[in-house]
Amino acid sequence: MLSRTADNLFWLSRYVERAENMARLMEMGYRMALMPAVVDGNRSEWESVLSASGCAAGYDPDAPLRQEEVANFLIFNRDNHSSIINCFEYARANARAMRTAITAEMWEALNNALMELRRPSMHNLVKNELPEFIDWVKKQGALFRGATDSTILRNDGYDFIRLGTFIERADNTARLLDVKYYVLLPETSMVGDGVDNYQWTTVLRAASSLRAFHWVYRDDYSPHRIAHFLILNPFSPRSLAHCSEQITQHLERLARHYGQRHSVHRQAVEMYSLLTQSDMDEIFSGGLHEFLTDFQGRNRILSLAIADAYHFGGQ
Amino acid sequence: MFNEMSVDDQIREPYRALVDWMEASGPEVLEQKRLEAETLFRKIGITFAVYGEGGDPERLIPFDLIPRIFTSGEWRKLDRGVKQRARALNAFLYDVYHNAEIIKAGIIPADLVFRNDAFEPAVIGIDPPRNVYSHIVGVDIVRTGPEDFYVLEDNCRTPSGVSYMLENREIMMRMFPDLFKSLRIEPVESYPDMLLKTLKSIAPRKCDREPNIVVLTPGAMNSAYYEHSFLADQMGVELVEGQDLFVHEDRVYMRTTRGPARVDVIYRRIDDAYIDPLCFRPDSVLGIPGLMNVYRSGGVAICSAPGAGVADDKAVYTFVPDMIRFYLGQEPILNNVPTWKCGKPDDLKYVLEHLGELVVKEVHGSGGYGMLVGPASTKEEQAAYAKRIDADPGDFIAQPTLALSACPTFVESGVAPRHVDFRPFCLVGDDVRLTPGGLTRVAMREGSLVVNSSQGGGVKDTWIMSD
Repeated sequence: MLSRTADNLFWLSRYVERAENMARLMEMGYRMALMPAVVDGNRSEWESVLSASGCAAGYDPDAPLRQEEVANFLIFNRDNHSSIINCFEYARANARAMRTAITAEMWEALNNALMELRRPSMHNLVKNELPEFIDWVKKQGALFRGATDSTILRNDGYDFIRLGTFIERADNTARLLDVKYYVLLPETSMVGDGVDNYQWTTVLRAASSLRAFHWVYRDDYSPHRIAHFLILNPFSPRSLAHCSEQITQHLERLARHYGQRHSVHRQAVEMYSLLTQSDMDEIFSGGLHEFLTDFQGRNRILSLAIADAYHFGGQ
Repeated sequence: MFNEMSVDDQIREPYRALVDWMEASGPEVLEQKRLEAETLFRKIGITFAVYGEGGDPERLIPFDLIPRIFTSGEWRKLDRGVKQRARALNAFLYDVYHNAEIIKAGIIPADLVFRNDAFEPAVIGIDPPRNVYSHIVGVDIVRTGPEDFYVLEDNCRTPSGVSYMLENREIMMRMFPDLFKSLRIEPVESYPDMLLKTLKSIAPRKCDREPNIVVLTPGAMNSAYYEHSFLADQMGVELVEGQDLFVHEDRVYMRTTRGPARVDVIYRRIDDAYIDPLCFRPDSVLGIPGLMNVYRSGGVAICSAPGAGVADDKAVYTFVPDMIRFYLGQEPILNNVPTWKCGKPDDLKYVLEHLGELVVKEVHGSGGYGMLVGPASTKEEQAAYAKRIDADPGDFIAQPTLALSACPTFVESGVAPRHVDFRPFCLVGDDVRLTPGGLTRVAMREGSLVVNSSQGGGVKDTWIMSD
């Protein structure tokens, strides 16, 4: 496969996943904002969403940190590299640059999403019905992945697509968890109370994992359990452990297919072992935020190593 | 004006079944189908960009539901005529890059060839595989009467439009399955397969295995990008850009996820000037540095060969019937449109005196740009154009405004006749192949004779009825 094609496939799926994650971040902000304001909190839920999105630097410092402004920035702002509309624009541009490497169904999913997103009526939807819009974005992600899953050849292109998906998803789950960190609770006494617990379950909801969590842990909604579910539980489809396992498997498939291994294979296995051998007590005692930051760094390095091994430059 | 569908209110025979069907269906059904077709086109993303409008690079080409139909008898003549031209044009190309016999024989003036912008000194003396230079010849044909077909021009470089021929058919078959069941329409689907065979058959001398074939595109911003990706997809070969290829020693390679992979045949959709910055335009980033050296040494085949454009020049065009006589010893089956060459003093005088009646074209122009359509022009436009001709008469030719045939077409006010032309695609490799079909282009504006897609023209499916 052309290196440029692999590059395009990898980033195409990353952008779709990222768009979806932006929506999930907003879902958290929206739900948290429904609760009474955190006492003395000098940071708003929307500010924390912005911080966790990684796009805060591009946000107009004079603009209010209210839902409407932040949502518009994260969805429609053309200068924001990771805005939802840009994610779909890039994904579609990548798809267009290698139409031959994807199926008609995948193309249609991306094309329709972008066409709809470009309609002015979408702005009204965001303004009046943010939850509906969030559902719409999640649905576009599901459509694209469904189309991919059911139509594309299981060749190396498939592996690059999935690698992009799981590299991005791992990053995104780490960010979702980090929102909780950014919503600073001013007094330690607040930890573990109603608001705190509500915020933790919001993380689960945004990861579409509330029901799944319930099946695994019943009603123990402790931060410890929730973080475990999204970080270490390999059965949870958005957990870091699961993403890492998938990354390892797809790299393994490539190695078999090409009959060639690279240092990236070892790196991926190391990352996976880190996640299977850690426990939550360790992670919490070292600081959840620090753990997540460290993980995101490793994940980024892994992404570069994949590009390096398969001769594509990365974007 | 000849109407393809009816003469003196009598429906012509090949259109009989179609007209019956349209009448039975009624206007609502047809309008419904028209909207469906448009949705399909947009969904699939069949687009053609129009330069210079600053608009949507993914504009849809207007597609008309009413097909243009040829009888098998009409097609047989076109088929033989087009193949004959394709052979003669290739013989001409071989000749001008070797001994130039046709020039020595005094049939074509040397200046016309050797001082032609498209003449490529870098390929003199090279013997491309099977001595073929132009592997895909698109011949534009117009009709003025039941038996009167004229060749408007030959396209020997990278004629586009074949994806529309295939997609139009695909959509028509989805929309009108009943018609396809009841009528016997020649299939066009084999084109990509024929193209692949042709490309395989021109593998270079040094290729000692199943040739690795690629389609080379300038990229997603090119107006015909859809077609490039479509053809690569249909043939199951890689669609590459210049940045994906590189030259190492005397071979061409592409960058892949497994490292370099050798490339043997390049179906390029990039103009000569851009394919190798070392040989042609140094500022081009679209091409592959060193490609021409590999080509010269037989390490790679390029389709179409660099320099093939010297045969489809609008001035050279006037000599194609002479080429057919000279190289093939045959009489041309298809006629040229009578043409005045402004480089000749008598012709120039006639053209300047009759600007209001003629179509004047730049010899090197394409895509309908920079031409003067006499009857549709103002006195001021004619005067301005006359100045341009005077400045460099050799750059212009003129033709009578032909009464192009018209075909019923959906327009805002209903169904009305609109002028059409026709471009079949002839493949030249180990054999000369022609798909039974082609691209019918239609001028969407009333009275307009300009059918180019770059000028807002539309397309129709073309049906060749089998015996």
